[in-house]
Parts: sequence; structure tokens; C-alpha cells
Amino acid sequence: MARFLIKRLAQAAVVLLLVSVIVFVLLHMLPGGPARAILGVQATPQAVAHFNHQQGYDRSLPEQYALYLGRLFSGDLGESYKLNQSVASLLAERLPRTALLAGLAIALAAVLAVPLGILQAVRRGKAADHVLTGAAFLAYATPVFFLGLVLVLLFSQQIPLFPAQAPQADTVSGILAEPRALVLPVVTTALGIVAAFSRYMRSAVLDNLGEEYVRTARAKGQSGARIMVRHVLRNALIPLATLLGLYLPTLFSGTLVVESMFNYPGMGLLFWSAAQGSDFPILLGVTLVVGVATVLGSLLTDIAYAVLDPRIRSVA
Amino acid sequence: MTAAELPVPGGGTGAATATPSLARRTAAVFARNKLALAGTVVLAGLLALCFLGPLFHPTDQVHTDLARANLAPGTGGHLLGTTDLGYDMLGRLMYGGRTSLEVGLAAGLLATLFGTVYGAVAGYFGGWLDAAMMRITDAALAIPALFLLVVVAAIVTPSKPVLILVIASVAWLSPARLIRGEALALRSRDYVHAMRLMGGGGGRAVFRHIVPNALGTVVVNATFQIADAILYVAYLSFLGLSIPPPAADWGSMLSAGITYTQVGHWWLIFPPGIAIVLVVAAFNFIGDGLRDAFDVRLRKD
Repeated sequence: MARFLIKRLAQAAVVLLLVSVIVFVLLHMLPGGPARAILGVQATPQAVAHFNHQQGYDRSLPEQYALYLGRLFSGDLGESYKLNQSVASLLAERLPRTALLAGLAIALAAVLAVPLGILQAVRRGKAADHVLTGAAFLAYATPVFFLGLVLVLLFSQQIPLFPAQAPQADTVSGILAEPRALVLPVVTTALGIVAAFSRYMRSAVLDNLGEEYVRTARAKGQSGARIMVRHVLRNALIPLATLLGLYLPTLFSGTLVVESMFNYPGMGLLFWSAAQGSDFPILLGVTLVVGVATVLGSLLTDIAYAVLDPRIRSVA
Repeated sequence: MTAAELPVPGGGTGAATATPSLARRTAAVFARNKLALAGTVVLAGLLALCFLGPLFHPTDQVHTDLARANLAPGTGGHLLGTTDLGYDMLGRLMYGGRTSLEVGLAAGLLATLFGTVYGAVAGYFGGWLDAAMMRITDAALAIPALFLLVVVAAIVTPSKPVLILVIASVAWLSPARLIRGEALALRSRDYVHAMRLMGGGGGRAVFRHIVPNALGTVVVNATFQIADAILYVAYLSFLGLSIPPPAADWGSMLSAGITYTQVGHWWLIFPPGIAIVLVVAAFNFIGDGLRDAFDVRLRKD
């Protein structure tokens, strides 16, 4: 176990370092370099030269990267030049709100996917399975924003049940105080991942139904429902929990689109507005944070898997 | 792509004797797959609509006509209505579809091409080169593609060719990983060893042996890459980072329609949205069909 942990941690550290290199390269791809990106296009050549010297951008690239990394480790992600606030403090404000949206969406997706997956596995090859399989394939091909627009047309315009604008409160509790306004953003985000989750659930349940311990339980005369809950679900849910780690990138992309659609005041909306206004410190800061979160997510997934399922450790 | 045009497995002189029956068998398996056939028909229909449609239904998609803005479908000779700027919606669906399909196809193919070569080189040469090349793809894959795309699209000024490059620059990562796996398996085959003993170099191994033998995987992956690329174009346009107006594509049409959902202008939303779903599903079904078809060939090997 210790060897597996050390190996996996070292691997994650290398990937994290390379994520920072990619963001550093993007920083140097900016039109006019980092100085122009931060001081703006109006800056005089003297101001640019002064900034470059002050920030160390006139040194060699490896030195610059070392300086950049040093700043990252002290939590300095730069300053937004439109919002007049540090990127780190903006993220500290916005990240909890996005986490709330993502968390609610995951919960809803799991609540929908588990029964759907079981239903498909039990009714394998029957009409219900075919219909749900077809629906899953269509869902894979549907962009999140089209789904969101259809939901707005149906449940905000045709039948005015829910507002088309997300809660605008600053705090997580303030957002939760407007549950009706949360419905459409959460449902849209959740539907973006529910197809993948239910497909996964279907095959996990099918795999487990074929196992010998299920046959044994049947032979002992246990009922179908009891076998499903006591044996199959217990074994199928562990990998589903770890699947969450792998779906972090999809989830982040989903919240980016959903937040910009419903004007939900999270990290995705911040990123989207920054893209409209070429606010590069925010763009690169969010990209870095999202990349780091993805790497840590898959690291935690692997560790959780190894802890829960001893077979993984011995193979790795 | 119709079943008859399926790429000939092996593609070269070596397979010539076995080719006819093999190609026919591959095509037959593809043709038996109803979803793959449906996908082919839908794709052909959409291509005809976008590229031949304007010949039968010519419309002005550059100049606005505010006197004819926001017409509901069926009024004033506009089958699908008009937009907020008075563009005929059916004509715009064709015009926008050309951008979506052209950029998606080109970006998907470019990404597959680069990813294939990258993955084949990494997998064939192995060792530290493979480790270094694959850690780079790991790191780039760690950043969600949409975020990378938005940053790159914000740095450059998008036009059709630039957009193709932007999307390909992010999309090559997954074929690279996939083909690297194939290359790892293929490089220990006897015919590769034999070629090495006869003095053949690494370039010959990669381009004459690894890539041709991974062709089935490459072709199948290309269809999925095109589907993804079409979605990426739509996402970028929806977020307002694609080619600026009066150019249009299905994604930017949806984003233009968002303002009018609250007054119920559904005809601005459904045509481009359904078109995206249809074309992406079609490519995915074709990809599944091709995978099954190539599996038959591999079993024969």
C-alpha cells in the first residue's frame, strides 16, 4: 500500500508541475507578453520595461518559471486588471458557490442514475432498456447549453414554474435561500452527466449479477430485491463513487456553460466574463485551479479505490 | 461516408489479394448495423442540406432586414421564421451548418493526424521519450478541454482556419494516448523485429508498420474526434469566442436565440440545437458501426 501511495503521489506531483508549465507557456503566448496582458494595451514602453524588470520577466525563461512557481506557492495568482482585485481572493469568493452547484448536480445525477441503471440491468434487452439506451446516446450528443435552453423554454416560458436567472446572492446560504431559482441550473448540470453515470451503473450491476456470490445467495433462497441491495448495489456503488473523480473535468465544463447561461455567480461565470474582456490573469488563474483540482480529484479517486478494493493495490 | 466507400483495410499493396472479400465483409458488417446506417443517412442529409440547400433556397445571410425580423415559422414565406436581425432561419441553418461541419471535420481530422503520429512515435520508441511525451499529454488532459479552448480562443482572433487550429491543438491529446497504446502492442510484433534486423529505421517502422496497422483504430477514433470537434465549435461559439458576426454557426445561432427564449421564440433554438444533436449522434453511431466492422477484420487476422 505504501509503495502504491508513494508511486501515485510522485506521478501526481509531476503532472501538477507540468500543468503549471502549460499555464506558464500560455502566459507567454499572450499578445505582447505578460506585461501587456497585465498593464493593458495602453501601457507605455517604459512602463512595460519597468514591469518586466520588477516582475523578473527580463530574466532567462527557467528563472522566470522559478519565480512564477514561487509566486504560485505563496498563493499569488496575479491581479485582475478589470475587477481591481486579486485573482486568489476572487476565487476564494467564487469557488464555494461553484462547489455548491456542482455538489447539488452530482447528488441529483446519482439519485437519478442509480435506479435507472438498475432498471436497465434488470430489464436488459427489453423495451425499457432499449428506450433508456437510446436516450443516453442522444444525451451524449446534446450540448449542455441546448438542454438548458430547452428547459428554460419549457419550464420558465411555457409553464412559468422556475425563474431563468440563478440566485444572485453572495453567500452559499443566500443562494440556498432561493431554491426555485436553483432548480434549472442544477437540473441542467446534472442532466449533462446522468447519461454517463447510468450507463456505468448498468454495466456495473450486470457484472455483479453474473458473480458467483449472487448465484450462492439465490441458491440460499434470498429474494431478488434483497440480493440487489445487500450484494449487487454494495459492490456497484464503490466504483460509482470513484467515478466522480474522473468526471471532474466534465463537471467543471458543465458549470462553466451553465453559470454563463443562468448568470450564476460562480467561478465559471467569472471565467466566462474574463474571456469576454480578455482579463488574462483571471483566465490563467482559473485554468490552473481547475487543472490542479482535476489532478487531485483523480489522485483521491485512485487512493479511495485502493483503500476500498484491495485487488487494485496488488495489481499496481 | 457510405458503406461502399469504407477505407480498404491495410490500404497498401501487401493486402491486395485478400482485399476484395475482406472489404466486402467489413462493409457487410457495417451495413447490418442499423444505427450506423441511420447515422450515415442522417449525415448525408445534413451535408446535402448545408452544402446543396442554398442552391435551392438562396438567402441573404450578410445584410440585416429589420422589417422582416422575428417572424414566426411559416409567415412571409419563411419556413422556419426569421431571426432578430431578419435573417431567414432555414437559410441561416444551412449557412451556419457549413461553418460547423467544415471546422468540425477539419479540426477532427487534423487532431487525429497529429495525435496518431505523436502517439505512434511515443509508443514505438518507448523509454524516456515515451515517458516524457505521455506526461505532457497527461498534464494537458488534466485541464478540462473547454477551459483550454476558451483561453486559447481569447488569445488569438478566431477565423475559420484559426478556429480549426485552436480546436485541433486541444483535441489531439486523446487520439495520441489511444494510438500510443496500439503502438506499444504493435512494436513487439515479429514483422517489426524482422524489419529492424534488416536495417530499417525508426521512421520506417512508425510510418510503414505501426500507423498502417493501427489504421482501424485511427479511422474509428477520427469519427469520434469529428463529433467532439463539432461540439467544441458549438461550445466556443455559444460562449461568444468563435468567428465574429455576420459569420454564423449552429452554436452562435443558439447563443443569439438565448435572449428570445423569455418571449418564446422557440424557432431560434430548436433548429440549430437539433442539428447539432443529429450530426454528433450520427458521427458517434458511424464510429460504433466502423468499430464493429473493423473488429471482424481483426478477428480474421
